[in-house]
Amino acid sequence: MNNYNLNHLKELESEAIYVLREVASQFQNPAILFSGGKDSIILTHLALKAFYPAKIPFPLVHIDTGHNFPETIKFRDDIVDRLGARLIVGSVQNTINDGKVREESGRDASRNALQTVTLLDAIEENKIDCAIGGARRDEEKSRAKERFFSHRDEFGQWNPKHQRAELWNLFNGRMNSGEHFRAFPISNWTEMDVWQYILSEGIDVPSLYIAHNREVVWRNNTWLPYSDLIKLRPEEEIVEKLVRFRTLGDITITGAIESGADSLTKVVVEVASSRQTERGNRSDDKRSETSMEDRKRLGYF
Amino acid sequence: MELLRFTTVGSVDDGKSTLIGRLLYDSKSIFEDQLDSIKESSKKKGIDHIEFAYLTDGLKDEREQGITIDVAYRYFTTPKRKFIIADTPGHIEYTRNMVTGASTANLALILIDVRNGIVEQTKRHSFIASLLQIPHVIVCVNKMDLVNYSKEAYEKIVADYTDFAAKLEIKDVRFVPVSALFGDNIVNRSENMNWFQGSTLINTLETIHIGSDQNHIDCRFPVQRVIRPHSDEFHDYRGYAGRIAGGVFKPGDKVAVLPSGFTTEIEKIDTFDGELDVAYAPMSVTLLLKDNLDVARGDMIVRVNNQPESTQNLDVMLCWLNKKGPISRAKYYLKHTSKEVRAMIKDVVYKVDINTLHREEGSSDIKMNDIARVKLRTTEPLFVDSYRRNRSTGSFILVDEATNETVAAAMII
Repeated sequence: MNNYNLNHLKELESEAIYVLREVASQFQNPAILFSGGKDSIILTHLALKAFYPAKIPFPLVHIDTGHNFPETIKFRDDIVDRLGARLIVGSVQNTINDGKVREESGRDASRNALQTVTLLDAIEENKIDCAIGGARRDEEKSRAKERFFSHRDEFGQWNPKHQRAELWNLFNGRMNSGEHFRAFPISNWTEMDVWQYILSEGIDVPSLYIAHNREVVWRNNTWLPYSDLIKLRPEEEIVEKLVRFRTLGDITITGAIESGADSLTKVVVEVASSRQTERGNRSDDKRSETSMEDRKRLGYF
Repeated sequence: MELLRFTTVGSVDDGKSTLIGRLLYDSKSIFEDQLDSIKESSKKKGIDHIEFAYLTDGLKDEREQGITIDVAYRYFTTPKRKFIIADTPGHIEYTRNMVTGASTANLALILIDVRNGIVEQTKRHSFIASLLQIPHVIVCVNKMDLVNYSKEAYEKIVADYTDFAAKLEIKDVRFVPVSALFGDNIVNRSENMNWFQGSTLINTLETIHIGSDQNHIDCRFPVQRVIRPHSDEFHDYRGYAGRIAGGVFKPGDKVAVLPSGFTTEIEKIDTFDGELDVAYAPMSVTLLLKDNLDVARGDMIVRVNNQPESTQNLDVMLCWLNKKGPISRAKYYLKHTSKEVRAMIKDVVYKVDINTLHREEGSSDIKMNDIARVKLRTTEPLFVDSYRRNRSTGSFILVDEATNETVAAAMII
């Protein structure tokens, strides 16, 4: 009789829904950080479940670097339409135009670090007191130390050495004015959990995650997608490969892997047997051993 | 597949990092690029072997100083279960971190260096595991390779620990002799210890029965949020969203809503995926009630004939987590389930010396990492169970009104 056990995906789902409901109840003006990647897509899906049959009680915030995959933007607009949600776009190009940041130059220039300024501006302008993100603890070593409710000071900074203790499922979202929180409902999910969940729930994801033919360039030990934003170096050539992406960041820094996984089921099988971490193809993480921690301290997502 | 959350306790010297590294490595959960990066870091520091501590020490300061500052979470999966490890450091702020890691764990892995036997630290770890009511404890008697895999050395520790644990409230203790360094009895059965008939560590982790860890008897549903869509389709919909903290709920159950005490029936258990015939802890659902009552966040829905205690006077074991100790008659925000009230510490009954387990009466000066029995008074009644009976309705935290920091964790006696 006594078979009241949840499987691991149902338990993780229940935990995430609980966190999302806490965010909605403890904050005045929360928002979901929506990048168009798989993690923010399942976050939005979980929010739909948490407040059903009411609408998701927060807007989606997209930090637009101007260096997106075109597919991501289309996917974002479709999802916003379908949910009837409000979309707030923070533009890195505008931040550059306003003279608040300067575009990087040099060989491996990217707009990745500039996003932080745009993000903190968007949070301030829209009076967002809790930005909900799809970061997971298994992604990266400094993220392994994150709380579900993560406090940010008035400069938007994270102080990893002085985090609040977080016990049981009691989340403390109290703060002074000018400060804000980041909340991470899928902290305990792994890449494998995310894919299994996408498969079992039949969640739509951008086609970029599935194997497709694409023009790519071999750079920094990865297949970088060819686009107008890439200047070919003398030694480089454009080749067509069957590839897919494990994460989606800017088109200028997100490497593809060679893959024949042309369906969700095959993606799950591939992830299960993968011997590289998913962010292994992200040049933004490779600038130094602690590049994620350094960016997170400043307020990066 | 089930989910098992466990916490590992012990210091670097006990081989804790090596053990975790071994579990992850032998279960093929360390990726090649992670391994390369650890090898690189180890080499830079002039260490010959692969330093698995670099896997869990994620922050810059931790790597530079070679210490673990904070709880780190690690994940691995075997064909049978998914595991979440809360890896807690053995050095500074020890109690605070271990209590945090233990609060969500089904199981504690306690390491003992076979050469040293039960030391002060072992007692401290075991006391906290008992205080936090972690349902299962596995004692790993490590470094068996250094005592020639001696059966006698192992059995002495089993006997000593069994003796000691009798003073605590640990329901389920198991032992396994291991060498984390060489992998004996971690994932693969040791050929050096044929005398050991028990399960390997991973086998125990995979098969230990955790189905009874949740309370499926006392129905407790703290209301997190009222769901009112205000749409044409769901015009009169009024649902109470929350995560079940105990018991099993079914439509038709007679329930009472606290604090009003009004009784009604569960009309429906709703979710995005459809209505449910039965819901139990720790599911997140939405309850719809037959009568239109005034129910808000912080209220609790319970069975009419099985109710928690309603009280403003709390008798608890308190763990102080903040550098600044409590000031006499200071008031704190108290967070219990979805309810928030204000509270005042009235009396410190005794402090526990966690190294000797002795009670120090008449000592009211509480500092960081202290564990004490205290009495509190709240502004409004809370609906509580003893922590022993329910880890969710039996626990709360205190928040400093000035700094907003979480300063204490409490377990109701």
